[in-house]
Amino acid sequence: MTAQAPDPVPARDAAHWATPVDRLSASGVSGAPVDSVSGKRVAGPLQGFGQLWQKTFTVRLDGSDLTPSAVIATWKDRFPTFWPAGQRFYAPLAGIAPGEVALLDIAPVPGSPVKLSTGVMVLYADDESFTFMTPEGHTLSAWITFSAYRDGEVTVAQAQALERPSDPFDELAYLLGGNRMNDRFWRQTLENLARHVGTPTPEVTTQIVCIDRHRQWRYASNLRNSATLRTARRTLTAPVRWIFRRG
Amino acid sequence: MTTTTIDVDRAGVAAILRLGGDITSASDADLTAGFGRAIDDGARAVILDFARMEYMNSGGIGLLVTLLVRAQRAGARLMAVGLSDHYRQILSLTRLDEAIEVHDDETTAMAAIDLQARR
Repeated sequence: MTAQAPDPVPARDAAHWATPVDRLSASGVSGAPVDSVSGKRVAGPLQGFGQLWQKTFTVRLDGSDLTPSAVIATWKDRFPTFWPAGQRFYAPLAGIAPGEVALLDIAPVPGSPVKLSTGVMVLYADDESFTFMTPEGHTLSAWITFSAYRDGEVTVAQAQALERPSDPFDELAYLLGGNRMNDRFWRQTLENLARHVGTPTPEVTTQIVCIDRHRQWRYASNLRNSATLRTARRTLTAPVRWIFRRG
Repeated sequence: MTTTTIDVDRAGVAAILRLGGDITSASDADLTAGFGRAIDDGARAVILDFARMEYMNSGGIGLLVTLLVRAQRAGARLMAVGLSDHYRQILSLTRLDEAIEVHDDETTAMAAIDLQARR
């Protein structure tokens, strides 16, 4: 029979994982106009509503002589700069390190003045990978892992998401185009990273697998935390609030 | 170089997967094969024994999600035993413990299986 294993020495991975927190705090971020993450819990792929997808985006960094750990160091250091234009990532002041929280402003439609305010927590980070976990209210309940590895003589960069749309509204938006926009987002990010490290014509390959076709109706009530609905409400009521402010 | 070992034992209606070494995304084939053997053998519960596991990264924890989906699809329970305080914290942090039943050891896991069978 197996007894519960003691912890005589810290596990080799101990320093790479975030420590558990009941509620998130974005106090380590500056410059973000809205903090819609503090006070929220994290929500992974098990806590979402929609179908569960695993998406893997890879790019071979031909022409670059960076090692996997050098690629990850660059990616962590300059993460916001690799995002597509119009999307904002407010990195934690302490950098991408376990337990840190970053805030995001995402345009649901490219070029739109309406921004979805949300964030991520750094769940795990080591020299060759790092993983984000989403908070309640994010459009996706997800883990996203960014990693690099050697394939023969070439370093390969990869982003892999394990994601479910968080609520019925997000699932509908995902089916109506959000899914494709999300794919485009990560492809552009990998292309930007590849160009930065010296790959002139990056080619991103995509593998998408539906892990679970079932919808988790017990999480339909995630709607109450929806960043999408909160943003829509703020946008629709903006004129009224403006009139009241003017007295 | 990642080294994963998966040994499969049978105990009544349950199969016990003893995980050893490093559990990372590179463990996918071994873990899937071991889990497949357990389910194909008719197990109604799969107990993951983490006592000999030495290392797990976020790729490894991602594999647990896919195992959980496979278990649900097969109508089997997924349980975890032999977790150190550190790995218990990780299951709590990732909220996997809301879906994977965590027990101190095989005895309590088997008792939980028996209890449900008697209901």
